Amino acid sequence: MPERWTDHALALRAIELRRRLLRLIVDAGAGHTGGGLSSLDILQVLYRRVLRVSPETATDPRRDRYVQSKGHCVEALYTVLADCGYFDPADLATVCHYQSPYVGHPTRKIRGIEVNTGALGHGLPIGVGMALAARMDEAPTRVFVLMGDGELAEGSNWEAAQAAAHYGLDRLVMILDHNRLQITGSTRDVMSNEPLADKWAAFGWHVRTVDGHDYAALTEALNTPPPAGQPLCILAETVKGKGISFMENVGKWHHGVPSAEQLAQALAELDAAEAALRAEEVSA
Amino acid sequence: MSAPAPSMFTPAATEMAQQLGLSKGRANLEVFAETLQELATADRNVLAVTSDSRGSGKLGPFGQALPAQIVEVGIAEQNLVGITAGLALSGKKAFGVSPACFLTARSLEQIKNDIAYSNAPAVVVGISAGVSYGALGSTHHSLHDFAALRAIHNLTIIAPADNAETRAAVRLAAAAQRPVFLRFGKAAMFDLHSDAPDLANGRALTLRDGSDVAFIASGETVVHAVLAAGALAAEGISARVLSVPTIRPLDMTAVLAAARACRAVVTVEEHSVHGGLGEAVAATVLQAGVAVPFRIVGIPDEDTVTGAQADIFRHYGISMEGLSEVARSLLTPPAV
Repeated sequence: MPERWTDHALALRAIELRRRLLRLIVDAGAGHTGGGLSSLDILQVLYRRVLRVSPETATDPRRDRYVQSKGHCVEALYTVLADCGYFDPADLATVCHYQSPYVGHPTRKIRGIEVNTGALGHGLPIGVGMALAARMDEAPTRVFVLMGDGELAEGSNWEAAQAAAHYGLDRLVMILDHNRLQITGSTRDVMSNEPLADKWAAFGWHVRTVDGHDYAALTEALNTPPPAGQPLCILAETVKGKGISFMENVGKWHHGVPSAEQLAQALAELDAAEAALRAEEVSA
Repeated sequence: MSAPAPSMFTPAATEMAQQLGLSKGRANLEVFAETLQELATADRNVLAVTSDSRGSGKLGPFGQALPAQIVEVGIAEQNLVGITAGLALSGKKAFGVSPACFLTARSLEQIKNDIAYSNAPAVVVGISAGVSYGALGSTHHSLHDFAALRAIHNLTIIAPADNAETRAAVRLAAAAQRPVFLRFGKAAMFDLHSDAPDLANGRALTLRDGSDVAFIASGETVVHAVLAAGALAAEGISARVLSVPTIRPLDMTAVLAAARACRAVVTVEEHSVHGGLGEAVAATVLQAGVAVPFRIVGIPDEDTVTGAQADIFRHYGISMEGLSEVARSLLTPPAV
């Protein structure tokens, strides 16, 4: 079962993980900074409070499954998996390096990763297959698929959305990292996808909108089962580049790599955020 | 709606089939569906996934007998392959079945990433492949699938020639712990094997020994090579026939043995002449340093002629007569 983490402990841990994520991207010389920072809190809640899976049960047939359809934000996933004990955090320094198993998108070479992703619009169909298999096996498995805004333009998602509702897959959860930006700019300008809640509801899904950086709200939304027979859509309102002032809601940080100065500034901001959180601890 | 189906065989070819003692079997597609149902009856983890294709896949009886083991996804081939991968990654032996023309073009990326790259032990089944849907036009032809799939790492590619090869291929795919692509046509086939063939490790099957010309053929074209070998024998030309159900991994030993033993090599496939069996054999032979008169018979790089599968085969020389002629021309020294 997931460990017991308080909201405060998660917030403190998130600061450290944001440091590691930024260092990883700087070491790799490439990465998806903005989306990694926007999805990190969702991943923390999933791995600390929701998913019934651990390094020890990573191949248990009855485990919960996590599929990262927005595979480009692998840096956040690697960071969280390492922190949860799936592999040595020191390995994070090798991401994207010559002959490293840590490819720049999720790969089954790494313990805890269920399927190779990176091309968009693939995760939800795979999740439907996994949820169907779990139902056939009468397993308690829930399947969580993380998707991005820009990705929703891929038609294959809507094939899968339709199938999930057709089969009443109430153990399938689609989480949208709804940061409203993609590589070219605002999703509204590139290919508008609103009204999202109405769309998913019209496809037969049970829709919940939550603050994607609020641990309690995310936990509640993810752990409360949807009505029987309905797949669950979580529209997680997030901030691209969350936690670093000059990256927040700035499109160029989609795959921007911080310079040494920018990294120093970002780390200073994280240090300040940590000090503020610790001060709360003292005053509480 | 359409003209009566033309015969695949001229009277002379039909006579040769009788002379060689070949008996008419069924469509490989029917044997595939029947074999899959046998496997699924014995193992509830064996599944069929269809895209409104259970009729064309001859899986109606499967669906009736084992409704809990067939997953319908509607007309959505990308979703079909993704779901098949998800099922396979969750311990199911899933066969994703859809017309080869759509399956290997529209959902090529899902085959590449979700199945091959992810090493999902799934089976992707392209039905009514090649020009099985002859007169319906190029939208319904799969003449690119060997080429496209050969360039994707980690995918076994099998196109059986007859009912016995089909049975063996389906069983092999079900037991494989790796990604497999199966390709079937829908015409009734002649039986080419007296015993159950062993397809392990991509083994090619020598149907007839010979030392003048080697026909190296795959899928529904193999019978025409067998008939051509019979016709050439009457002229004193000794033809070897190698059935290559497994395009990858290619049985390089058998291919090289044939190229070394014979004075000419003719490859035959229901596929574009680009990127399929012929070019795989050519690369194998040439890189081994074997120089031999060589011809790739398939569908040429042009707007494919309209007609039934039989018309298209005859038009492009995939026939006893056409293949015999190619062999003769390769074996005849050019006039000085």
